[in-house]
Amino acid sequence: MVKPRIYFDNSATTMVAPEVVEAMLPYYTQYYGNASSLHTFGQEAKKALEESRAKVAALINAQPDEIIFTGGGTESDNIAIKGIAYRNRTKGKHIITSSIEHPAVLETCRALEKEGFELTYVRVSSEGIVDTQELERSIRKDTILITVMHSNNEIGTIQPVEEIGEIAARHGIPFHTDAVQSAGKIKIDVKAQHIDLLTLTAHKIHGPKGVGALYIRKGIQLQPIIHGGGHEKGLRSSTENVAGVVGFGKACEIAATNLEANADHMRKLRERAIEGVLASIEASYLNGHRTQRLPNNANFRFTGIEGESLVLMLDEAGFATSTGSACSSHKLQPSHVLMALGLRHEEAHGSLRVTFSRYNTEAEVDLFLQTLPGIVGELRKISPLWNRR
Amino acid sequence: MYSPVVMDHFKNPRNVGVIENPDGVGTVGNPVCGDLMTVYIKVENDIIVDVKFQTFGCAAAIATSSMITEMAKGKHVDEALKITRQNVADNLGGLPPVKMHCSNLAADALHLAIKDYYKKRKGVDIEVEVHPEDHTH
Ligand SMILES: Cc1ncc(COP(=O)(O)O)c(C=O)c1O
Repeated sequence: MVKPRIYFDNSATTMVAPEVVEAMLPYYTQYYGNASSLHTFGQEAKKALEESRAKVAALINAQPDEIIFTGGGTESDNIAIKGIAYRNRTKGKHIITSSIEHPAVLETCRALEKEGFELTYVRVSSEGIVDTQELERSIRKDTILITVMHSNNEIGTIQPVEEIGEIAARHGIPFHTDAVQSAGKIKIDVKAQHIDLLTLTAHKIHGPKGVGALYIRKGIQLQPIIHGGGHEKGLRSSTENVAGVVGFGKACEIAATNLEANADHMRKLRERAIEGVLASIEASYLNGHRTQRLPNNANFRFTGIEGESLVLMLDEAGFATSTGSACSSHKLQPSHVLMALGLRHEEAHGSLRVTFSRYNTEAEVDLFLQTLPGIVGELRKISPLWNRR
Repeated sequence: MYSPVVMDHFKNPRNVGVIENPDGVGTVGNPVCGDLMTVYIKVENDIIVDVKFQTFGCAAAIATSSMITEMAKGKHVDEALKITRQNVADNLGGLPPVKMHCSNLAADALHLAIKDYYKKRKGVDIEVEVHPEDHTH
């Protein structure tokens, strides 16, 4: 059989939608002006920038002037978290986050810790849901920020964002959420969910890499961490990536228009994969919450198997997937997210993340279900942990 | 990321399994760092006549285990003790730097199996080179 080429790693990044590429191209070769320029070229770019801003805002029920464009999710997280921390350092030095944040948030918090800020890392349940009672209990008089992700990038758990937003609002503390993985998959409503700051990135929703956005509720003040010509309200100086922003706007427009249909499609694939894997492979488990998870995320573990081996074997068979195992990254620790669930080390090393997009098909999932049990069986033949059970 | 030789040994590992009543067994690693391997040897007149392994770990861990079994088979035990981690990595066409320590434990496992052989069959304790600090990240 010809080796398939199937992409099941859509939480890492996604294919840029052809409509998005098409929307971007004229902004490289025709309307390439600098959006700050007074001439027609500049004004064309400026117009495209503002139209895109409205499209991004619409996806999360924000006003266009509450959106700034950035160089991606990591940058948005840094601008938001450091911006609040530095702006309020005379008021307080305490920040609350969760133990399962993406490194873009976690490492930013750790950097602030080194500067003298005090962090609380709220724990999660064994299913990966943030404990909101513990979160509220950890609020102090000098708490200046709560930052908890909208949904998790590894195990796909959807966090109780609205509840956290209410808690934050009740205590008058700004609330930031990293919604990079939620966008285009579940509804995001900054008003209903009491969100003050929200991070987005284009490349996870079939837009280009290197473009992101930060929603900043009217009235929330940030100290800039990037200084320069004063673009994007002085928070992200640098000539705007107009073509990228246009692609982002188009990607948001498509995501918003077809949100429910796409989510239903991905959820069908997810359920087919979860049911198929758990039924056909003994000692296989689902990491994360059974239902309170992103429609496109399945995350498994298989007793006695290490994740990197599995990902490489699957790649040989034509499937792109990922693992939280340390061995595949540059660190030696297993995924902090899986450890936070209370898994043992050898379990945390054995995860397989399969993430779908609107472009995946049931036939692809079926092919995967035909292939995976054999690979797991082969690796278990080699494994001392499996054979010594 | 990996050399073609690593990928070949990873995809088609040689000498997988267990030897019943082995003359020596060596286990190294730690599930904490995601690697655990056991090497079994069968020895006749101080010659390693059979080697088998089982490994839980990444592609590098599996490939180094497979490679060491090929390198050790047919060798005098004292010659096999001279096989280093670097020899294993070299025979595999190199390993990524991050894997040189955490997943390159096969030589240690073989050395421990030979130590076990000396103890079990000859009643002698021998010193072998292992890197315990790399087994406990
Ligand atoms: C939850 C989350 N936050 C932030 C990021 C970083 O986004 P970017 O790659 O655009 O910097 C990612 C993607 O890796 C993510 O999954």
